[in-house]
Amino acid sequence: MEKEQFTLTIFSENNIGLLNRITDVFSRRKINIDSLTTSASETEGIFRFTIVVETSLSNVERIVKQLEKQVEVLKAFFYKEDQIIHQEVALYKISTQSLMHSKKVEQIIRANHARILTIEPEFMVIEKTGHQSETQALFEQLKPYEILSFVRSGRIAIAKPMKRLSAYLAEVGQAL
Amino acid sequence: MNTQIQDLETAQANTSSKIRKKVTGAEALILSLLEEGVDTIFGYPGGAIMPVYDALYHYDQQLHHILTRHEQGATHAAQGYARLAKKAGVCFATSGPGATNLITGIADAQIDSTPMVCITGQVASHLLGSDAFQETDIIGISAPVTKWNFQITKAEEIPGTIAKAFYIAQNGRPGPVLIDITKDAQFETIDFEYQKCQKIRSYRPVPPLNHQAILQAAQLINQAQKPMVLMGQGVSLARAEKELLTFAEKTGIPIASTLLGLSSFPTSHPLYVGFLGMHGNYGPNVKTNEADLLIAVGMRFDDRVTGDLKRYAQKAKVIHIEIDPAEIDKNVKADVAVIADAKEALQGLLPLVKAQERPDWLQEFAACDQTEHDQVVSKTLAPNTPKVKMAEVIDALSRLTQGQAVIVTDVGQHQMIASRYYRFAQPNSNITSGGLGTMGFALPAALGAKLARPDREVIAIIGDGGFQMTAQELGTLMQYQIPVKMIILNNSFLGMVRQWQELFFDKRYSFTEMANPDFVALARSFKIEAQQVQAREELSSGLENLLNHKGSFLLEVVVEKEDNVFPMVPTGESVSNIRLS
Repeated sequence: MEKEQFTLTIFSENNIGLLNRITDVFSRRKINIDSLTTSASETEGIFRFTIVVETSLSNVERIVKQLEKQVEVLKAFFYKEDQIIHQEVALYKISTQSLMHSKKVEQIIRANHARILTIEPEFMVIEKTGHQSETQALFEQLKPYEILSFVRSGRIAIAKPMKRLSAYLAEVGQAL
Repeated sequence: MNTQIQDLETAQANTSSKIRKKVTGAEALILSLLEEGVDTIFGYPGGAIMPVYDALYHYDQQLHHILTRHEQGATHAAQGYARLAKKAGVCFATSGPGATNLITGIADAQIDSTPMVCITGQVASHLLGSDAFQETDIIGISAPVTKWNFQITKAEEIPGTIAKAFYIAQNGRPGPVLIDITKDAQFETIDFEYQKCQKIRSYRPVPPLNHQAILQAAQLINQAQKPMVLMGQGVSLARAEKELLTFAEKTGIPIASTLLGLSSFPTSHPLYVGFLGMHGNYGPNVKTNEADLLIAVGMRFDDRVTGDLKRYAQKAKVIHIEIDPAEIDKNVKADVAVIADAKEALQGLLPLVKAQERPDWLQEFAACDQTEHDQVVSKTLAPNTPKVKMAEVIDALSRLTQGQAVIVTDVGQHQMIASRYYRFAQPNSNITSGGLGTMGFALPAALGAKLARPDREVIAIIGDGGFQMTAQELGTLMQYQIPVKMIILNNSFLGMVRQWQELFFDKRYSFTEMANPDFVALARSFKIEAQQVQAREELSSGLENLLNHKGSFLLEVVVEKEDNVFPMVPTGESVSNIRLS
């Protein structure tokens, strides 16, 4: 089966233990989760998971049904890359010295539309928001100037279709 | 935060019961169980659930507590109870090992869709996460094998959570729920008020019937030349036996059954064509690959039913009637999916399907039956071996009970033989561990079943291996005088594994031979009447003794050591390549 990247959005209750149940749907099929982000949604009291995985279409179809089977999950969706707008944020900690000693770092920050969040005597923190390829590109460019620490968030994504969650739920006789 | 929203919603949808002032969490639990109509609990006390047991002490007239000899026994007893009572079985266990001992039964209930509510005690909430004595993360451990679980740390959460637990366990596709209650929540006092749960916003047990899908299904059924119904446990869970019978008789469609579907259609009916799958009947297996339409009713296309999926039912369109949307297209792609309760779906279909007779198609099954009879059944039942064969025992039992008993089987050769040779004449008569294949299931499940339906004859058929996995439950039979009949088919082997070793591992009988205890003496030590049958001539009288005895009775039948179960679809093979020898 050909593997592709899928982004899943899961709307759920905000209850302890549900994260376990959600990740288990993937791990029992030995599917690695590339990234996972949780947050509030546009509806008060409804929680939202964004999960990125690489798997086959038939697997992701089954997974979405098994996610929806969880009692506390209201609805789950899966999308291919072209059906969503997505972002990630990355933070890079580098020594302040490297900025002082080389004009290059400043040029890299400008060229990548990154920004400096803080400058301390010893280190500074750069932020870059974008697709993974973009935050990774900045990482590669900063590498020669010694990255002291690097972190990238999970993907967050908004689906392009205009239909709202409440409309999906109304279709299946559930109401918020 | 959200539980509050849900509680509010529930409160609006319900009428409230009377308020009882200042009851402990433990008593609130007992009162909640009574509100849910619970009359029987299977359990085992221990430190973290002692307040609950103390509360139970005052309610022993309303709540019948059965002290099993192991928590696993409690879960299987609750399963047996649930299958016959048609409502959730209830278990109590303490924290730590008490809770972990429940897991096998919970997993069994999950895969076989059995409603069950398990209550576990937990260490006090201030000790959670500290590796306290008998602390285990039972919520984490049980999550993958429960339909829902929840940890209660405050007494005020008890009534609402118990209401939710029963609602979830018993609605939609049934399943097990585990509720973990910290010891401090059991001691804390609240004003008790109970409202039954009517809905949960994130859970829809049964969607409204899709009439478009029903129309499409009816059209496929009316056009089909060689249709076949695959009946699963969903028929019995929906209590749709009558609807299925009417449907079959109107459309003339042959009915085949999965392991858990057995007894939902009378085996003597001319449209009944037999048992599907690995050790099922010849006809329904090979005809699956000749059928032009499969109508799957409340079944999930388990690999034991389908064999190799790439060579499964390639000529057939598939109508899948199933309450759980996650089963649709999971193993076999459905041409028409009817996500519904089996009863509702069949009722919807009935007026739309044409009355037909299909003598030619049924004749094909009859021819297969003849083949199976000549090549398998007649040989298996022939009294031509030094020791009795398992099938002879089941055949005789079927005759003596006229197919009216509840048969509870364990797992292995005897299970397949019982499923093949017992001629079920009554619905709700087959209790077995199907999906999980749990050895040790039968004895405790039978005691639970007997408590649910004391009016029915409950007979556990068990292998010598499986019997020894939960033999301690003889103590439970003894203490509560539960008249369960037990037949041990003793071949001093783990027979099914031995059969595979013979067929697929060049007869290397690696650790399958068993030195067994004196089962008769063992039973008698529990004050249970028992008898051993060695010779074929003693079989009938032995079975009669078993059936005529008032209390529980154990009949050990020493059977052929190296008997095999045929037909057989070897793992990974197509159902068409079913072996007759």
